[in-house]
Amino acid sequence: MPKRTDIKKILIIGSGAIIIGQACEFDYSGTQACKALKEEGYEITLVNSNPATIMTDPDFADRTYIEPITADTVALIIAKERPQALLPTLGGQTALNVSVELAESGVLDEYEVELIGAKLPAIQKAEDRALFKEAMTKIGLAVPKSGIAHSVQEALALVEKIGFPAIIRPAFTLGGTGGGIAYNIEEYEKMVTSGLALSPINELLIEESVIGWKEFELEVMRDGADNVVIICSIENVDAMGVHTGDSITVAPIQTLTDKEYQLMRDSAIKIIREIGVDTGGSNIQFAVDPKTGKQVVIEMNPRVSRSSALASKATGFPIAKIAAKLAVGYNLDEIPNDITAETPACFEPTIDYVVVKIPRWAFEKFQGTDETLTTQMKSVGEAMAIGRTFKEALQKGLRSLETGWHGLDNHPLEELPFSELPSKLSVPNVKRIFYIKAALARGMSIEEIYAYTHIDPFFLYNMKEIVDFENALSAPAARHSIDQHLEKPETDGAFTKKLLQQAKQFGFSDRQLGDIYDVPEETIRECRKGLGVNATFKTVDTCAAEFEAETPYYYSTCSSEDEVRPSDKSKIMILGGGPNRIGQGIEFDYCCVHAALALKADGYETIMVNSNPETVSTDYDTSDRLYFEPLTCEDVLNIYHKEKPFGVIVQFGGQTPLNLAIALKNAGVPIIGTSPEDIARSEDRRLFKAVLDDIGLMQPPNGTATSSEEAAPIAAALGYPVIVRPSYVLGGRAMQIVYDEELLHEYMHSAVQASPEHPILIDKYLEEAIEVDVDAISDGNLTVIGGIMEHIEEAGIHSGDSDCVLPPYTLVDEQIENLKTFTYALAKALNVCGLMNVQYAIKNDEIYVLEVNPRASRTIPFVSKAIGVPLAKLAARVMAGKTLAELGFTNEIEPAYFSVKAPVFPFNRFPGSNTRLGPEMKSTGEVMGIDTDVSRAFAKAQKACGYTLPLGGKVFISVRNKDKRAIIFIAKKLTDMGFELIATHGTAKVLLRNGMESELVFSIGKGRPTIHDYIKNHAVDLIINTPTGDLHRPNELLIREMAIAHDIPIFSTIPGAAAAVNAIDALQRGEITVTPLQDYFQLLS
Amino acid sequence: MKAILALADGTFFEGDQFGATGETVGEVVFNTSMTGYQEVLTDPSYKGQIVTMTYPLIGNYGCNEADVESIGPQVEGFVVREYSAYYSNWRSKWSLDSYLAEHDIIGIQGIDTRALTRRLRVHGVMNGCLSTEDMNPERLVSKAKAWHGLVGWDLVQRVTCPSSYAWQQPEANNSRPKYRVVALDFGIKYNILRQLTEHGCEVQVVPASTSAEEILAAEPDGVFLSNGPGDPMPVDYAIQTIQTLIGKKPLFGICLGHQLLGLALGGKTFKLKFGHRGANQPVKYLETDRVEITSQNHGFCVDIDSLPNSVEVTHINLNDDTLEGIEHREYPIFSVQYHPEASPGPHDASYLFSRFTEMMDS
Repeated sequence: MPKRTDIKKILIIGSGAIIIGQACEFDYSGTQACKALKEEGYEITLVNSNPATIMTDPDFADRTYIEPITADTVALIIAKERPQALLPTLGGQTALNVSVELAESGVLDEYEVELIGAKLPAIQKAEDRALFKEAMTKIGLAVPKSGIAHSVQEALALVEKIGFPAIIRPAFTLGGTGGGIAYNIEEYEKMVTSGLALSPINELLIEESVIGWKEFELEVMRDGADNVVIICSIENVDAMGVHTGDSITVAPIQTLTDKEYQLMRDSAIKIIREIGVDTGGSNIQFAVDPKTGKQVVIEMNPRVSRSSALASKATGFPIAKIAAKLAVGYNLDEIPNDITAETPACFEPTIDYVVVKIPRWAFEKFQGTDETLTTQMKSVGEAMAIGRTFKEALQKGLRSLETGWHGLDNHPLEELPFSELPSKLSVPNVKRIFYIKAALARGMSIEEIYAYTHIDPFFLYNMKEIVDFENALSAPAARHSIDQHLEKPETDGAFTKKLLQQAKQFGFSDRQLGDIYDVPEETIRECRKGLGVNATFKTVDTCAAEFEAETPYYYSTCSSEDEVRPSDKSKIMILGGGPNRIGQGIEFDYCCVHAALALKADGYETIMVNSNPETVSTDYDTSDRLYFEPLTCEDVLNIYHKEKPFGVIVQFGGQTPLNLAIALKNAGVPIIGTSPEDIARSEDRRLFKAVLDDIGLMQPPNGTATSSEEAAPIAAALGYPVIVRPSYVLGGRAMQIVYDEELLHEYMHSAVQASPEHPILIDKYLEEAIEVDVDAISDGNLTVIGGIMEHIEEAGIHSGDSDCVLPPYTLVDEQIENLKTFTYALAKALNVCGLMNVQYAIKNDEIYVLEVNPRASRTIPFVSKAIGVPLAKLAARVMAGKTLAELGFTNEIEPAYFSVKAPVFPFNRFPGSNTRLGPEMKSTGEVMGIDTDVSRAFAKAQKACGYTLPLGGKVFISVRNKDKRAIIFIAKKLTDMGFELIATHGTAKVLLRNGMESELVFSIGKGRPTIHDYIKNHAVDLIINTPTGDLHRPNELLIREMAIAHDIPIFSTIPGAAAAVNAIDALQRGEITVTPLQDYFQLLS
Repeated sequence: MKAILALADGTFFEGDQFGATGETVGEVVFNTSMTGYQEVLTDPSYKGQIVTMTYPLIGNYGCNEADVESIGPQVEGFVVREYSAYYSNWRSKWSLDSYLAEHDIIGIQGIDTRALTRRLRVHGVMNGCLSTEDMNPERLVSKAKAWHGLVGWDLVQRVTCPSSYAWQQPEANNSRPKYRVVALDFGIKYNILRQLTEHGCEVQVVPASTSAEEILAAEPDGVFLSNGPGDPMPVDYAIQTIQTLIGKKPLFGICLGHQLLGLALGGKTFKLKFGHRGANQPVKYLETDRVEITSQNHGFCVDIDSLPNSVEVTHINLNDDTLEGIEHREYPIFSVQYHPEASPGPHDASYLFSRFTEMMDS
């Protein structure tokens, strides 16, 4: 079928803020869809609240709405834009759920909008557990024994039939939120209760446990002519019981015979047909009993997913792009395969390498929570690696994680008693792979490890081969040979060469080898290069070399043939950000993508290096050449020596490439933009102080310590509270406000690990200061401010976790002018070429410099969207030699509207962890609210975060003593707006003296009811609770934790509460309106 | 133990031996299936060929008794990137190494199979010599050069059954077979026989040299023309047999059977540069416009332009537009170049077996 001509305008819904279970992969899929459909001549209306996405760049859609992704807001957009079709399958669970809501409420019918890709009945059949089970039974496929419960009673009855362990899966939640495995009745009741609360339709699936079975996934595509193809098969290394997002996974399937695989393929085809997904991609999960081969269907996602992004990167087949084209009527055989150009997209990719995906977690930020991996996803990012063997891909993947491992290293807890290994192996945890290594190294048999882990012996055997080979490398013969060769490189090194070759084929890094032989990795590198043991590059081509590949998408391996033919064009290499983590995610990928697009447009050949499969940067379309490789010095140098670019950009990928900058420069790599030395000057406390002194700027009083003993007197001299942190970290890792000496010692003992090569910085904490972020761009001569963002919360909360407003909403012109002047001076002093971010604190009209980062910051996409100028693109071009004058960006822009950025937190995934905000960043993503009125913009941002501010009802107020004055006006305004107040004794008395009645609740432990009862009963609509800062008062934390679990908006600072109250006022005064970016940008000119 | 694979163009690859030891010559080809190595090994169509798997890890799930397509491995040699000594699957019985050793097939592992595949893609399939005995690459190259190659060689003689037999299938369902089928064995895969049985056929497998008269004397409802190895041209006796059968019985041909039918109908065949071997080949069924993902294994092809008017093209390959299926306009005769019986590969085209029984019905 040719494309449909009855459709002109298509609405695409994105997935909103980055949260656990929904990350950059939906920007990748949505961006592909926007591009593909625009190419076909359709008019695209896009809604996504996440400013850090590429898809919300104004040129990817015709009308770009950065608005909350809620049914009511999207309904407004539909009413305004009148699209003929809505494509619901590319924006993750968020887009799917909102689309279902719009369909069920009749909005789509009212405005005659057609769901394309998947129709409502298909979505319902796939998502509703009961309907899905019924459908599977109908087509003769087995599913685990299960039942549906809508109440605790029903759930209790069910578990009697199903038995323990039982799996609890709440319906319509994302990434298995609220799900889990219960081994006893007590756990079961607890999980059922929380699961019912989390499911938007209060429904649970209780399922027979198939824990220990092997887990597989197929990525399936179907077109309008009912052609069905399997794009990729994936085998989970971790057995059933660990969420696939938390599992190490491998593509393609390794341990099924063709007979078994074809059975699974047949089932998948039957399923996509029975569910009735019209066109597009679906992900189907299966479990296989390792003893009998029995296959059961676990679930199906009738949309593109994290796995489909992985499958696209693993095979080179762009699932989302093709899905978009199928949705508008094309059939698979009408679409060419981009990679081969000569063959159609209607085929099944075959690969001739092994792909390993490894999750990255952030438990260190959520201490106190249970770190067991279960059916609820907890990882925040992932790395993918490609190799010609599983061993190579696994080790490359482990070093791609950037968590300090250089491969399948030895567990640092070597003194772990052997007797503790079984529990470390049987309870899934983030370091399990290293415990397996430890077990293998100590001679535990594969059979025994299998019994504990249920990880298929095939994978364990491959790990054992790594261990055995490592032993061979350490053996005297090998040592002797290497030592001799290092001493006399001119000797015949046949044995050493063979050794190193095999080490490379097993994925060992130079660093790992250096550790074995007790020499720096550079020595190993030199030695192996001397022997001709070099990385070779192979192409990802969808077809195992059967056809010639047109698309330069490469990975390295150690082999006899290198396929890369470098061109003689002028090239720039961009180093990406690696796996997502808290503090380094999509914002940096956005900058890397912009660099690639801008430099490509300027005629350079762009080379992207990254290891994160979720991203737009690793789309083979983004740059001229893509290297899917770990971001380590060794791997980057391999590519550098192959391609010889004239410049390498390290300032866009976050801390990852910055950490490599000096080593790369020392190895002769030309870094363009701000020099690594100048970047180091901004990070080194002593050097930076000299910079500030030179230009006469102030810092909060501070000191530097390398030990607890050194720290105590410094802190005492500064006066508590102080902020402590290691240098050279991103996202405020291990940054804390410390209130007394006891806490300081505690901190020094736990934090030194965070960054052992760098000292701990101690700053005087400026209480109640206003924090300001400034993003600027400089070409070395001229510096132009991109945006000045005023934080709503006071200084002390990490800038990534604060709400902020652009332009500033309470600063006066004089302050703004000073901020600008200081920023220009800093840019000059640090010889900035490219982007720079400065954090200031304003206290008592004094401006302090908190931090300068001469690199792309997390706020660059937000600022770019707020001011309508692509700062990262400009910066890339500046680094390549253009001046800002040449680029036409010399005037600063102060928009006539407000943009508010608000963070989104993953606390619901980490019950028991500290939910208090502080200098260590904990948010996973952000949203943006735009409006001509600052309060409305704030309201939109809150709504986009998932907090709907109440327009009436009850407000609980409990504030520390120093906030009692400030709260009076806020409370007064709330009562004026019709809210009723709830307060504890002390606050109630203050309110009463100021003429406000309140409903009294007991302080925790003093009687009932307490605010906890109100929260549980949903008898409170808004909470204002400012913490005393005393870490020994767990009650405050419990309020926060409970409010978060029950989705009740909670504000823990006075400025935050004030902003919320103003926002409610604005909402009460008028309906929210929606406006696309393109219209806002009209206001700028 | 070391092993060397040398090609007639002078290149050679050094690796490690697994399976049997010795020396062998054959046409070096590549297969892009990611699963199904045991089926590939035991497919008689690979007679005369040294097969490279493009998927790098082979041996992972071992070998078992059930996944065989003939009495044992048929390939001349087997080439993989990494042989997995450890195998893991509930059905596996032997390691691939012992399986190959038992059947005297030489394997080589640890070579850059992608480089080899690219060479074959660019220069076409070529003759090779695989040895664990002679470690002199130049000598091996000469041996590869000296080998006569597949063209003009009747390989069917090496794989056809010595005498006629009735296919027995213990696990077949009990219902009485409805159709009597004679299958001309040019190197038939068991899964074709299994499929025919499951579609209600009682199958008598006969040697390739069986005459049309003998076949007709058995009064079958239909005649099946099997797959098989090598060049169809020298199998002239079978072409003659088929010519006699045309118009007398429903005919269904697969792979070599399709090529022989094509020749019998007056068409021509040619040798493809590097063939189609894998489980992901898209084929369009022109009648429905639907695409099937098919399993393929052939180096020769019926020239689409050489077909007489009596023949209608039913299927084409979407990758290179070559002929994949034909049907006679007048008689109940059809054939496909690919493998609807799969094994290894997708089951998308299994409808063709029903089509054969429908033909026998009418």
